[in-house]
Amino acid sequence: MSVDLRPAGHQAPAPAPVPAGRAWRRRLARLDLKTAPYVFISPFYLVFLIFGGFPLVYTLWVSLHDWGLASGTRDWVGLENYRYLLGDADFWHAVVNTLGIFVVSTVPQLMLALLAANALNRRMRMPTLFRIGMVAPLVTSTAAVAIVFTQLFDRDWGMVNWALGLVGGGHIDWQASRGWSWLAIATMVDWRWTGYNALIYLAAMQAIPRDLYEAAAIDGASRIRQFWQITVPMLRPTIIFTVIISTIGGLQLFTEPVLFGVGTTNRMDGGSLHQFQTITMYMFDNAFGHDRYGYGATVAWALFLLIIVFSLVNFLAVRRTGGTA
Amino acid sequence: MRATMRRGLSTAMAAVLVGVLAAACGGDGDGSGSGPVELTVDVFGEFGYDQLYKQYEASHPNVKIRQRKVSTLDDYKPRLQQWIATNSGAGDVVGLEEGILPTYMQQKGKFLNLFDYGGRSLQQNFLPWKWQMGVSPDGEQLVGLGTDIGPLGMCYRKDLFKKAGLPTAREEVSKLWPTWDDFLSTGQRYQEKQPRTRWLDGPTAVLRATVLQNAGAGPGYSFFDKDDKLVFDTNPAVRTAFDTALKFERSGLTSDMSIFTPPWQTALKRDTFATVPCPSWMLGGIEEFSGDYGKGKWDVATVPGGGGYWGGSWLAVPKQTKHPKEAAELATFLSGPQGQTGAFKDKNTFPSSPQAAQDPAVAGHKSAYFSDAPTGKIFGEMAAQVKPVHLGPKNEDVRQAVENVLIAVGQGKVKPDEAWTKAVEAARKSAR
Repeated sequence: MSVDLRPAGHQAPAPAPVPAGRAWRRRLARLDLKTAPYVFISPFYLVFLIFGGFPLVYTLWVSLHDWGLASGTRDWVGLENYRYLLGDADFWHAVVNTLGIFVVSTVPQLMLALLAANALNRRMRMPTLFRIGMVAPLVTSTAAVAIVFTQLFDRDWGMVNWALGLVGGGHIDWQASRGWSWLAIATMVDWRWTGYNALIYLAAMQAIPRDLYEAAAIDGASRIRQFWQITVPMLRPTIIFTVIISTIGGLQLFTEPVLFGVGTTNRMDGGSLHQFQTITMYMFDNAFGHDRYGYGATVAWALFLLIIVFSLVNFLAVRRTGGTA
Repeated sequence: MRATMRRGLSTAMAAVLVGVLAAACGGDGDGSGSGPVELTVDVFGEFGYDQLYKQYEASHPNVKIRQRKVSTLDDYKPRLQQWIATNSGAGDVVGLEEGILPTYMQQKGKFLNLFDYGGRSLQQNFLPWKWQMGVSPDGEQLVGLGTDIGPLGMCYRKDLFKKAGLPTAREEVSKLWPTWDDFLSTGQRYQEKQPRTRWLDGPTAVLRATVLQNAGAGPGYSFFDKDDKLVFDTNPAVRTAFDTALKFERSGLTSDMSIFTPPWQTALKRDTFATVPCPSWMLGGIEEFSGDYGKGKWDVATVPGGGGYWGGSWLAVPKQTKHPKEAAELATFLSGPQGQTGAFKDKNTFPSSPQAAQDPAVAGHKSAYFSDAPTGKIFGEMAAQVKPVHLGPKNEDVRQAVENVLIAVGQGKVKPDEAWTKAVEAARKSAR
């Protein structure tokens, strides 16, 4: 394929008498020039349309029905599902759970990641080993992590309660209490994701010019002050990125709480009183557990909107607290 | 850093694209055609069919059987739903558990009418109530053929009973608890002597058994009336059953566990609880999870309050099958007296066929793991006493919700006085 790289403008005023073959080739070349970039980027959009766009619209369509997969009902109900959702205490309970677990897990997670990245950024022996070590939890399967942690947090025979017993602490029923269950789930999430965020921070830290630190050191700034006044402000775009990624991940939390709730009759309930039922669990439970496919789709759309709203809120909040610059 | 990220992203995109294309190209061949007929059977848990498949293949040389087994019903349910809803993917014969059978009864059009495949002559193969539940309410369509049932017994730990000064021989133990109140007071006596263990594993089985016993003796329906309207709060049978189960939670006699969950499995390897109400299929579970630790420690007595059953399945043929005749024939074979006896021999699933129940291999069966308890006889007598109870399509949803309330009482998260109100509310929401 030969590409005519001349700017289109040069040949714009086409002379009238041109042999037919050349005109055809010229038109083809122009078409190539104009459309080729779009063809090259189209795979992403095609894949997105098939696997992202279509389900999105189809879910909206489903959510406007009283639709049951097992019972075979399929009646148009308009916005009735959305009306019910607004007054559905169980849904809002799940929203509070999700946000609660998100806050309990993400805040310490990003703080720890930042500190870990700062430590890894110093001169040390075998830096690669330590850096790879940070992401080791990430390559283990979520299910394996959740199963192991759920055993650690077992009410009767768990290691955490055993350790608490050694130091004279109380015996905690991790699954029964709302606060404790959130903490246990947040631990799993953090174990898995702290290292990932630390590596992202580390990569960004290494791009910060050394001379800034040198200048600060000459001015007598301590290490802590350098961290807060140089490292953190310079990392702001990266922090925004991790916060948004964590928001999206946090609002879609599913595997950890499901496996944490293995002791419940219905795993999607998240505890006897839905102490740790997240939005995605509520969605799945409705759509596939209780034969309310339409309502499950409604919850899915509500989740989609919530993620957009919270990503925006977090974005603005982080940008605001970033201070100057 | 930005540029690096973008490049990484495009590489990832390319990788995804390649993956998609590769997946699109790799179609899979279909076994149908002029050659042998391949039948797929979808089941969950243990149906005990492995030997029967071989037997059937030997007598039907043109049939090859492939079984797809999912270990739990929870994982099986969503898959089956998708297959049935999309009219593709389901096996030629599918297992339907008692909790999901009423749901699929609502779209019986998706399944073959087995009356058209010689089903009418099979009625005498089944206990009347088991047969009746497989037939559509209007009596026009035979949707499912019964397989196993789960008559209830009471499994107990002889060694723990001995330590608590209770009798250990199964006849004497059965005499301790003709009613659930007796079972409760025995439990209180037990826990005074053995305060570090609990009497029961959880409230599930007590609720299940008492609901069925009260409903069977009373109106013949439990959470839903025969028009599938929720009558949870007005059916006296449900209230009596709930209050009975609540007494156990209020007195702290259970470990608040649900059967077959990992905590329950772990507990069976230790001295956590002394009794487990067990439908016949539970014996296999206890044997598996209690293992060497519980060997010789378990025995089976009768359950308080009269007859009761829990669980059991049916076999149905989805209309999407390419081989309706062969599939119906296979389902008939597997659910026939001979098939049910074979399944019992393999995995101890108790037959719903009276002929199979009288087969010496079943009736005379003794369970070695459970101190040679005559389980064939115990469960056979129980099965004969069962009175059928109508279950609505959302029966399981309500059951789980109510069970959660009972467990929350045991966990101290719901006050016993508020439990009934909570349960009514939970039932109403889950029946929606």
